[in-house]
Amino acid sequence: MDRRATFKSTWLAFALIAPQLILVFIFFYWPAAQSLFWALTLEAPFGGATQFVGLQNFETVFSDKLYWNSVRVSILFALSSTTLTMVMALLLASFVDRQLAGYRVYRFVYFWPYAIAAPAVGLAFRFIFAPDAGFVSSINKVFPNLWNPALDGLDAFILIVIANSWKMIAYSFIFFLAGLQAIPRTITEAAAMDGAGVLRRLWDLQLPLLAPTFFFLLVINITESFVDSFGIVDIITGGGPARATDLMVFKIYSDGFKGLDYSMAAAQSIVLMVLVVSLTFVQFRYVEKRVHYA
Amino acid sequence: MIERTPVLNFFTHLAMLVGIILAALPIYIVFVASSHDFQTVNIVPMPLTPGYSLVENYTKVWTKSDFGTKFVNSFIVATGVTIGKIAIAAITAFSIVFFNYRLKMLFFWLIFVTLMLPLEVRIVPTYAVAANALSPIQGVLNGLFNAPALLLGLIGIEGLPQVALKLPEWNLLNSYTGLILPLVATATGTFLFRQFFLTVPAELVEASKMDGAGPIRFFWDVLLPLSKTNMAALATIMFVYAWNQYLWPLLVTTRPEMTTATMQLQKLVPGPLFGQPPVWNEAMAGTLIVMLPPLLVVIFMQGYFVRGLISADK
Repeated sequence: MDRRATFKSTWLAFALIAPQLILVFIFFYWPAAQSLFWALTLEAPFGGATQFVGLQNFETVFSDKLYWNSVRVSILFALSSTTLTMVMALLLASFVDRQLAGYRVYRFVYFWPYAIAAPAVGLAFRFIFAPDAGFVSSINKVFPNLWNPALDGLDAFILIVIANSWKMIAYSFIFFLAGLQAIPRTITEAAAMDGAGVLRRLWDLQLPLLAPTFFFLLVINITESFVDSFGIVDIITGGGPARATDLMVFKIYSDGFKGLDYSMAAAQSIVLMVLVVSLTFVQFRYVEKRVHYA
Repeated sequence: MIERTPVLNFFTHLAMLVGIILAALPIYIVFVASSHDFQTVNIVPMPLTPGYSLVENYTKVWTKSDFGTKFVNSFIVATGVTIGKIAIAAITAFSIVFFNYRLKMLFFWLIFVTLMLPLEVRIVPTYAVAANALSPIQGVLNGLFNAPALLLGLIGIEGLPQVALKLPEWNLLNSYTGLILPLVATATGTFLFRQFFLTVPAELVEASKMDGAGPIRFFWDVLLPLSKTNMAALATIMFVYAWNQYLWPLLVTTRPEMTTATMQLQKLVPGPLFGQPPVWNEAMAGTLIVMLPPLLVVIFMQGYFVRGLISADK
C-alpha cells in the first residue's frame, strides 16, 4: 500500500479519517461490545441493577427449544434459498453468455428484482401466493386446502424461500455473467476447434473456471439469507404460522423489541455475529487465494 | 458463436423467455392488481389484463398512507445516506492512500472489519446508541477517568473518588440524523475508493505538487474529477440500498411524520387480522409506488450500477 508520492501533513490525514473512525466506533464497535456486555449480564430493560451472570444467558438460549427451532429454520432457509438462487442464476447467466440475438434485453430484465426492497417483494408475493386471492390459490379450487401459507408451516416456508430467491437471483446472475465473460475468448475458441460443442464447453471449461465466483456467491448468499431476510419474513409471515418461519434475525428482533428481553436478544446476536464473522472469514481466505491465482 | 446450433439456440431462447416471465411477471401482476376494483382483484385467479380503477386506487392509497410526506422523508434519507457515504468514503480512502503514517493499516482494517457486522446482527444495542448517541463517548471517558481508581483498587488501595461523568443526551430517535447517520459508515465504499485511488499514477501526484497544489487542492481539483464514474457507481448502489432500508427506520421512528415509504408497506398488508377487507388493489398500488424509485434508478443507471456492484464486492 505504500506509494512513493505522498503528502506530508499527518494532522490532515488524521482529520480526514477521523469522521469515519468516530462513526464506526459509535455505531459498530460500541454496540458490538454492548451486545457482549448485555449477553453476560442480566438487567431490567429500563434501569435497575445490572448483575454479572457469566454464560448463564447463553445457557438459557441454548436450552430453549424455540431458539433451536429458529436455528433449524434459518439453516434450512439458507440452504434452500441459496441452492435455488444459485442454480437459477447460473442457468440464466450461461444462457445469456451465449450472446444470442436480444441477449441484452434478457440481461436487462433479469436484473430488475435486485432493485426492489425486501418488504415490497414480500407484499407482492404475499398477494400472488395468497390462499384466498391472487393466483396460486386457484390450485385450491381443484385440491381444496392444498395451499395455505397462513396455516401450513411448510407452505409458508416455501413461500419465503421463493420470495427471497426471486430477489437474490439478480445479484448472483450479474456476478456469474461477469465471471463467464471474463473467460478469455481464445480458450473457448480453442476448445471449439478441438471439437467441443456448446454443452461440453460449458461443463468442462466454463463451469470449472467459474469456481471462484461460485464460491464467492455461495458465501454471500448464505450470509445474506441469515441477515437480510427480515423484511420478507416480517411482511409475509411474521415468523408464523406456529414459528415455522421464525428466522434468527426475526427472533432477535421480536425478543429484543417486542419481548424487551435485551439479555436474551444480545446473547442471540452474539451467536449470529460469530456465525456471520466466520462466514466472512471463510470468504476472506478465499479472496486471498484468488489473488494468488490471478 | 462459433458453430451453428439451431436446436440448442431454440431451447436457449425458450429458457430465456421463461426467465423473463419469472423475473417480470410478479411486477406485472402487482401492476395489474393495482388497476382493478375491489371485487375484481379478489377473483381467483385474478384477470391478467389491466382494469379501469388505476387512477382511483393510486390516489386513494397515496392520500390514505400520506405517501407525500413519506416520499419526502425517503428521498431525504436516501440522498443523505448516499452523499454521506460517498463523502466519507472518499476522504477516508484519500487519507489512507495518499498519506504516510504509522496507524493507517490499523485504521483501514478497523473500518474494513465492519463488513462483518451488518446492522441486523447488532440491532438491539445500536438502537440503544441511537437513543443517546453520546453514550459511547461517555462510556469511554468514564472508563479512562476511573482507570486509576480501579487499578489501585485491584492492588488494595481503596477509597479513591470515582468520577461519574455525565454528557448531555443526544437523542437520535425520530430525526433525520438518526435515520441517516448510523448508515453512513461504509467499508464497501471506502474499499472501492481505495482500489481506485491506488490506480492513480504517482506522477500525477508529483506533477500536482510541483505545480504547488497542496493535498486538499489535489483532492478537490484532480482526484475528485477523476473519480466521477466511481462516484456515480457508488451513488446508484447506495441510493437503492438506503431507499430499501426497512428494519432500521422501523426502529428509530415512531412519529408518523418521520416514517419512510418502505416502512409503510407493513401497514398496507391487508388481512383479516385487523378486520380489514382484503383491499389488495390498494396494497399493490402502494407496493408499486414504493418499488418504483429504486427500480428507475437501476433501469436508467444500469451500467453504473453493475459496475459499482462488481468492483465493490470483489
